Amino acid sequence: MIAFAFYLFAGVAVASGLMVVLSRNPVHSVLWLILAFFSSAGLFILMGAEFVAMLLVIVYVGAVAVLFLFVVMMLDVDFAELREGFARYLPLGLLIGLVLIVELGLVFGTWVFADNAPELRAAVAPAPTDVENTVALGQLIYTQYVYLFQAAGLILFVAMVGAIVLTLRHRTDIKRQDILDQIYRDPATAIEMKDIKPGQGL
Amino acid sequence: MACLSSLVRHRSQEENRVLDELLREYLPILVFLGLAIVLGLVLVLAAVVVAVRNPDPEKVSAYECGFNAFDDARMKFDVRFYLVSILFIIFDLEVAFLFPWAAGFQHIGEFGFWSMIVFLGVLTVGFVYEWKKGALEWE
Repeated sequence: MIAFAFYLFAGVAVASGLMVVLSRNPVHSVLWLILAFFSSAGLFILMGAEFVAMLLVIVYVGAVAVLFLFVVMMLDVDFAELREGFARYLPLGLLIGLVLIVELGLVFGTWVFADNAPELRAAVAPAPTDVENTVALGQLIYTQYVYLFQAAGLILFVAMVGAIVLTLRHRTDIKRQDILDQIYRDPATAIEMKDIKPGQGL
Repeated sequence: MACLSSLVRHRSQEENRVLDELLREYLPILVFLGLAIVLGLVLVLAAVVVAVRNPDPEKVSAYECGFNAFDDARMKFDVRFYLVSILFIIFDLEVAFLFPWAAGFQHIGEFGFWSMIVFLGVLTVGFVYEWKKGALEWE
């Protein structure tokens, strides 16, 4: 049953990853990407990493995919123009793909684990029989890896400030609401009495 | 490849049992997933098989209050949507960090507590910045 579920999720993940690259419509690509995220979440659950699986669904499917959709919508995609350049960029793309494959082959061909890697890994993680996945993460992140945790906070802070600096433009050609100003307005300041002589306009 | 298998810690009998139990809890979700896929396929295929289709150019063209469509439905979004979305992701991640903290709270002691307070403090500075900048206002 577990083997069946693994091959199901892995197969769907690979197939949808392929469709992300192959589909012509960028919006369809994003939808295939969401399917790939879901299948990877299933794979994480099969490994017993519940928290990471839920995080994948909440953060990636819920937020990152929406962000990608916005980016796709923001680009003014002209499909005819896209197809035109395909043949021209094909050799360059194939070259980059080839270099990537050779690099990956080199990495996996010469990969050697340090002798004490399994012991180091076993020493850090609490045994899965004793504690739940999320609790085990909680025991490690905030005390043992406190510097990395604070660095993550700083990265999020920089991302927040950077996004505001890059994209926030205040428009000056529109009238905006100023609630405090509106509340403090009273008849004395709002109404101006004019004494108009008969027969004269204002 | 031999070195790869040396890293993979061989699971003990006990660990295997725990993992099996965990996965059994997720079995209903798998069943629901299968049902949802089957139901979706049935509805779509039933429409293909059963429905009467008699298309003509007027029927299949986009309807826009009686006149022909001016241009493509695909148009550029305001970059403001993107800003709101990215600010949402940042606070989404902040909340994601709170879950293991709350779950393992009894194990991490005072240091773990203040570690999270500092983390939240840094993001609160960012929150004040974006509030004062007016990034949360829609105009």
